[in-house]
Amino acid sequence: MQLDEFFVTGEPLIYAGMVSIALVTAATIFILTYFKKWGWLWREWLTTVDHKKIGIMYILSALAMLFRGGVDALMMRTQLAFPDMNFLNSQHYNEIFTTHGTVMIIFMAMPFLIGLMNVIVPLQIGARDVAFPALNALSFWSFLFGAMLFNISFVIGGSPDAGWTSYTPLAGAAMSPGPGQNFYLLGLQLSGIGTLATGINFMVTIIKMRAPGMKMFKMPIFTWSTLVTAFIIVFAFPILTVALALMTIDRIFGSQFFTLTGEGLPMMWANLFWMWGHPEVYIVILPAFGIFSEVIATFARKQLFGYKAMVWSMILIAGLSFLVWVHHFFTMGAGAFVNSVFSVSTMLIAVPTGVKIFNWLATLYKSKIQFTVANLWALAFIPSFVIGGVTGVMLGMAAADYQFHNSYFLVAHFHYVLIAGTVFACFAGLVYWYPKMFGHKLNEKIGKLSFWFFLIGFHVCFFPQYFVGLDGMPRRVFSIIPEWMPLNVISTVGAFGMGIGFVIFVYNIYYSFRYSEREKTGDSWDGRTLEWATPTPVPFYNFATVPHVEDHDAFLDMKKKGQTTFDEEKLEPIHMPSSTGQPFIMMGIMFIASFGLVFEWLWMAIAGLVGVLIMMGIRSFDYDDGFHVEVDEIKRTERSARRL
Amino acid sequence: MSSHELKSGPLEYRTEQGQMNILGFWIFLGAEIVLFSTLFATYAVLFGRTADAPLPGELFEPGTVLIMTFLLLTSSFTCGISIHEMRRGSVKGLTTWLIITLLLGLGFLGFEIYEFIHYEHEGATLQSSAFWSSFFVLAGTHGLHVTLGIGWAILLLLQLAKRGLTPVTSRKVFIISLYWHFLDVVWIFIFTSVYLIGMVV
Ligand code: HEM
Ligand SMILES: [Cu+2]
Repeated sequence: MQLDEFFVTGEPLIYAGMVSIALVTAATIFILTYFKKWGWLWREWLTTVDHKKIGIMYILSALAMLFRGGVDALMMRTQLAFPDMNFLNSQHYNEIFTTHGTVMIIFMAMPFLIGLMNVIVPLQIGARDVAFPALNALSFWSFLFGAMLFNISFVIGGSPDAGWTSYTPLAGAAMSPGPGQNFYLLGLQLSGIGTLATGINFMVTIIKMRAPGMKMFKMPIFTWSTLVTAFIIVFAFPILTVALALMTIDRIFGSQFFTLTGEGLPMMWANLFWMWGHPEVYIVILPAFGIFSEVIATFARKQLFGYKAMVWSMILIAGLSFLVWVHHFFTMGAGAFVNSVFSVSTMLIAVPTGVKIFNWLATLYKSKIQFTVANLWALAFIPSFVIGGVTGVMLGMAAADYQFHNSYFLVAHFHYVLIAGTVFACFAGLVYWYPKMFGHKLNEKIGKLSFWFFLIGFHVCFFPQYFVGLDGMPRRVFSIIPEWMPLNVISTVGAFGMGIGFVIFVYNIYYSFRYSEREKTGDSWDGRTLEWATPTPVPFYNFATVPHVEDHDAFLDMKKKGQTTFDEEKLEPIHMPSSTGQPFIMMGIMFIASFGLVFEWLWMAIAGLVGVLIMMGIRSFDYDDGFHVEVDEIKRTERSARRL
Repeated sequence: MSSHELKSGPLEYRTEQGQMNILGFWIFLGAEIVLFSTLFATYAVLFGRTADAPLPGELFEPGTVLIMTFLLLTSSFTCGISIHEMRRGSVKGLTTWLIITLLLGLGFLGFEIYEFIHYEHEGATLQSSAFWSSFFVLAGTHGLHVTLGIGWAILLLLQLAKRGLTPVTSRKVFIISLYWHFLDVVWIFIFTSVYLIGMVV
């Protein structure tokens, strides 16, 4: 293979990308070496099994991916602003909408939420860690290495260009030769391992590790949403695993699952993909609902209205999410009866979702609303998401979908639900729990500025797309006709407004790090749930003494009764897991194996897989059972954290 | 993360970590059910799409498949005995029966490999048609699981020799027994819905 086949050549934008990657890498290496931070990096982060640190790494990576996906989005919007624009050519446009969609869903939205779950769920249930801390680290590294594998495709080998849905036969070896599509398949496969492990880990954590007295129906609602999400993950991800594996075997080993030559069925891909893909959209929306419920209850200073209805509606949504996948291809000729069945099941989801909307409104009703930045994101979510939901029901009507299918109407719809639902929730959750993670709040003024830029930009960007979509503009086209120009220009302006909002958000992180007041108590917002019962920074063992839960809003109850999570009398040595470099190394080797498969260098893939098996063997023989934190140390840590 | 131990009940359930590992593994088996169901569904959808390759009825051999089934079912039984021995606290009984289980598993694998090579010779390969792709991937995934199970159990035998029965080793053995029975159940489905149906249709 020639070097210029290995590296992507000929595109100025990509050369710029290469230069910036080289610069950032060099700068990072320089800084780490200059300040002698390699040991610190290894001990504190690469080998950590602490759920809070893992969560923070997830969130930071997700923010980086949001940046990458956002740049993709702005490039597309620039290209679409004017007819005959020559910013991107058609091939490059195809690659960018593919990487944008994939990065946003798999490497941004899901990891962001999993990051928040990691930081918060064990704290909310009064646990000292997740059930399988080392497995948790493994999950993170599998996500990160998967994301890296996918992302390097744009400088090495070439990006995939068959859309994030990768429909066959377009994505097959005949029509998409070369490594691009393989990057998609193996990047997703690698990170999928970790997602499944996360699902199992959180199910066991929540079922088994709740503080004494916390019955299932006394769990905080974000924890509930995590449990339901973990359930969807466990039952949906194996479908993706199989689908990706079948396509990989088709492409690399010449099997005939999706090819027409061997009597394979291209439509089977669409079915398998969406049997995972539809539940996937609930994997990114249910935790978002959980976050909004927490934020709204806290800042309305009221108990969440209709707690049980909230839980049951989530469970119902999770069940229904497996029964609607065909609505993604009503137009592909399944016939009227099949379409009708899936049309009805799709619209049914609106019922439990509506229940939730009313419960949020009822929580807010006659309350003393505090308009903090976190709450602004939550409040803005409600009407925005309703617009997305209503247009979703429109798309769910099979007959009408023949008009909307693959048009900008759809693009507007899914951005309304994904951004107003998931992205707003990520921001709300990050702002809300930020003081717990970093020991200071984000600046509210700058936060509001960023919020308004983002919110207004969002509506300006996506609302016009409903109309240009009804006017017939298809999705995934790289140029427009003059009639569509005005609305497209508006849309592009809005997109840049969101970009500015994001930049201000990131600036706020820097600004607050420098200037915000440090947290003293750990209870930053006068919170209701147990995560606020820990001091800030949270000691690595979370709770010195585990609280006894008697009521909903356990911490509020404790505050009323004057209880704390640090009772010197009751201290006992705490058992904690030791750090380990195995997850990082194992997934690093897995990365090499996957890279080999991407280029169809079997020797490399096999060597890597053997390495992984050896690592599993080493793990099996590892009987390190962790260590005990002695009472004296707990006392010292707590006193300094609580400033006693 | 508590290291409290219970005083009674099966050894593998006596620590909280043990209980969590076992529950986690049950959930993992749930995911495995979805994985195999997807493969079965794929196989069902692609059934009969043999292109120019031989039909399954022409190739499937009742004899071989019956022997394979017998080997695997028996191994599930011996695996059960080994857990019984573990409950009685007999490391020797446990290892003996576990080794017998593995030998039966190896026998199964041997026949499967023979079978696959035989089909190749008759012109049915992974590449020859959608039907055969789905057959090889479904049966092959099961075979791969058996192979991994054997490797895993060998590691456990070494640990048993070194450490004897502890809450940790017994939990590991118990978990692999769940895995082994699960593979047996999957095989029963392969036996009926792939081989039996393939031979009569
Ligand atoms: C800054 C905000 C964003 C802008 C301006 C934006 C813009 C776009 C554009 C222009 C397209 C391509 C439409 C086409 O030509 O077919 C697109 C597709 C897509 N976007 Fe976004 N997007 C944004 C954020 C997001 C987020 C946050 C997500 C998910 C969480 C997301 C998920 C997707 C998906 C799945 C596709 C479909 C890709 C495909 O057709 O294969 N986007 N977006
Ligand atoms: Cu859907």
